[in-house]
Amino acid sequence: MDKIFGRPKSLRDIPTHYCSGCGHGIAHRLISEVVDELDIRERIIGVAPIGCAVIAYDYWDFDCCEAAHGRALAVATGIKRVRPEAIVFTYQGDGDLVAIGCAETIHAANRGENLTTVFINNAVYGMTGGQMAPTTLLNQKTATTPFGRDAKSAGYPLKISELLAQLSGVYYVERVSTDSPVKVLAAKRAIKQAFINQIEGKGFSLVEILSACPTYLGMKPTAAVKWVREEMTKEFPLGKIK
Amino acid sequence: MTEKIIIAGSGGQGIMVMSKFLSNLAVEAGRFTTYLPAYGAEVRGGTAHCMVIISDEEIYSPLIDKVDALIVMNAPSLVKFEGRLKKGGALFLNKSLINIKPKRNDLQVSEIPFTAIAQETGNVKCANTVALGAYLGYKKIASAKQTDVVLAKMLEGLSREIIAVNKKAFERGMAYGK
Amino acid sequence: MRNQKLVPKVEILHRETSGSRRSSYKVTAFGKTRNQKILISGNEAIAEAAVQAGCRFYAGYPITPQNEIPAYMAKRMPGIGGVFIQSESELAAISMVMGASAAGARAMTSSSSPGISLKQEGISYIAGAELPAVIVNVMRAGPGLGNIWPAQSDYFQAVKGGGHGDYHNIVLAPSSAQEAFDLTMFAFDLADKYRNPVMILSDGMSGQMMEPIVIPEDRKNLLSGICCLTSEKKWAVTGCKDRLPNLVASFRMCLGDTEKLNQHLQGKYKQILADEQRCESVGIDEAEIIIVAYGIMARIAKGAIKTLKAKNIKVGLIRPITLWPFPETQITQILKHRLGRVKYFLVVEMSYGQMVEDVRLAVNGKAKVEFLGRAGGGVPTEEEIIKRLEVISDKL
Repeated sequence: MDKIFGRPKSLRDIPTHYCSGCGHGIAHRLISEVVDELDIRERIIGVAPIGCAVIAYDYWDFDCCEAAHGRALAVATGIKRVRPEAIVFTYQGDGDLVAIGCAETIHAANRGENLTTVFINNAVYGMTGGQMAPTTLLNQKTATTPFGRDAKSAGYPLKISELLAQLSGVYYVERVSTDSPVKVLAAKRAIKQAFINQIEGKGFSLVEILSACPTYLGMKPTAAVKWVREEMTKEFPLGKIK
Repeated sequence: MTEKIIIAGSGGQGIMVMSKFLSNLAVEAGRFTTYLPAYGAEVRGGTAHCMVIISDEEIYSPLIDKVDALIVMNAPSLVKFEGRLKKGGALFLNKSLINIKPKRNDLQVSEIPFTAIAQETGNVKCANTVALGAYLGYKKIASAKQTDVVLAKMLEGLSREIIAVNKKAFERGMAYGK
Repeated sequence: MRNQKLVPKVEILHRETSGSRRSSYKVTAFGKTRNQKILISGNEAIAEAAVQAGCRFYAGYPITPQNEIPAYMAKRMPGIGGVFIQSESELAAISMVMGASAAGARAMTSSSSPGISLKQEGISYIAGAELPAVIVNVMRAGPGLGNIWPAQSDYFQAVKGGGHGDYHNIVLAPSSAQEAFDLTMFAFDLADKYRNPVMILSDGMSGQMMEPIVIPEDRKNLLSGICCLTSEKKWAVTGCKDRLPNLVASFRMCLGDTEKLNQHLQGKYKQILADEQRCESVGIDEAEIIIVAYGIMARIAKGAIKTLKAKNIKVGLIRPITLWPFPETQITQILKHRLGRVKYFLVVEMSYGQMVEDVRLAVNGKAKVEFLGRAGGGVPTEEEIIKRLEVISDKL
């Protein structure tokens, strides 16, 4: 019998350190599948963020580089500029990409760096213990918004994808979700497109993945996924933005 | 030989170019030299100045306390730097734009209308070239041949007309300095 | 006369053959032939030296008094297949350098004091990830915004770490445009040799000052022969073709692993301390008083020493060229051989006393250590140094 499903070559066979129901695992796997399908494992260089995915490189079986918190796109810029033949991507969470690395994000995008960014938006900080993210929804309770996010003091959910889409240097932006098998497949298509764009030299591509963090949403995995589907998508509508 | 020079004027009068010329000339003549510009915000607007040292020995501090020669292109520069001249030091002042007199009487003063001469030669912007000529007419830093080499190099790429005007301005200045 | 930059025309001939790893350079400066003296600012000397050392990536953010470096790189890099990026911030610039270095390129960034403070994050990561990188600090007055005038007030920041964690930069302090050129070339070798950040610690005056330098045709005495070819950097992230994947990171998940990394780094630093101390010594065999000063301050001190020689006051000079590793061996050797005869050390800095601490540690009570310093843009003058030395001389 032919084997039609298995572990991607680019994904190492090691136990996960992520919480049950966490969306990172799915995103890691999707990237690995795309890398295999595009046959770019020997060309790819990943830049890992600071946050829960700090050791994403433990799972990926290809070259990776660390970046300081928020500076992934600056590091990726350095790598890509001296190795234009390499396929370089960053994998960043909402704190890394939208808060502390907002300047690096906007300027790398605005320079039209020929890079791919996979942006995991789960509306909360995981690694540090469930604090408010720039993408935390209004009234959402976190460790640092114990009474719910109040726009008066904590501002509004920051829609970086829509913001980036305004920039001339940006080629492709799409928001996807991993809340159901169908959406996971759509997410994979978007990630693949973002890598194909880079291979073709089209410029900056970003895929925002709405992802569940059951631990810091204080929900069961099933409820967390449902929350992403029903609550998060209201603020962050899915689809191709640019 | 050690010659310490301060050149001062307002931004746009070519103070740094003159200073670079002298340092380049020193290099051409095989001497030691340092060129230290005032690189602050004051370069734009107020007085711009530059310290140049030319010597036959290794130069330690590029900072100048007492100067051997002072070239001033405008009045505020005269006021600011006159006191820095050594007793008997050489003062070259742009008579066209400076209508005050030096306060000291222990200096060798050359009052030369740099700006007016530049205008006569065809380009007011050459006042710095006239001043350079005057200074080099007075102080022999390098041979005529070396001076020509540096002059040609500093003017490289400019139009033939501009080069001719500058050369004329330089010679006019030199005649004053001698 | 128009302001025309007399930039040296340097033609680079890349001949990276198997026999010789070094590139050859033909220098035509000031329209003349090689090995000719050219007039160049300290900042531009650093930039040109970087190019000649094989630096092909520069990222930086404008700040006075080092703007000549990014301007030079912007002009120079495109013609030689290098990369110049004016970054959005110092944070980004140093991280870009980290990326370029991780990918195997010789990379450099430059800034001045406030900007260097911002770069500390990236420098710490570079040290932790064991990447080579050259960072230029053309120091200006602080604290805070301070001013653009020259200072040496970032000594502690440069030599004691600066960013978080137990790490060291190798710190080189040029005192002339020629040395700015030579040490910058050397810096790239040191960085690659030790896979460690190397800082060129200059100052506003040294950076702005123009002096004649010779760009040597033969760089043998400037480079240790360390290979800068990416193909030799087996650790670089280049895509894992025909090899296992590489990882460039400072992070260690397991508690014990970070301690192991630290132990490894300390071993490296010990090696650097043993092998890389450099200084210039002047007149120390006769001296009763020894001035310790670096960079432009050492030159000003030399002027003072010359004057005092005429007055028969026996003053010597130690000019640290490496600030880290600090040339403590030289000081301990002097004290070993001339104990009791060298009575005073006078440390002169454009700061309110930073390097003096390292001098005190090296002298270790075996002679008196005095300090003369100004900061905030003030520069101790020859006259001030002379005056102070005369006071000390009276006490002998």
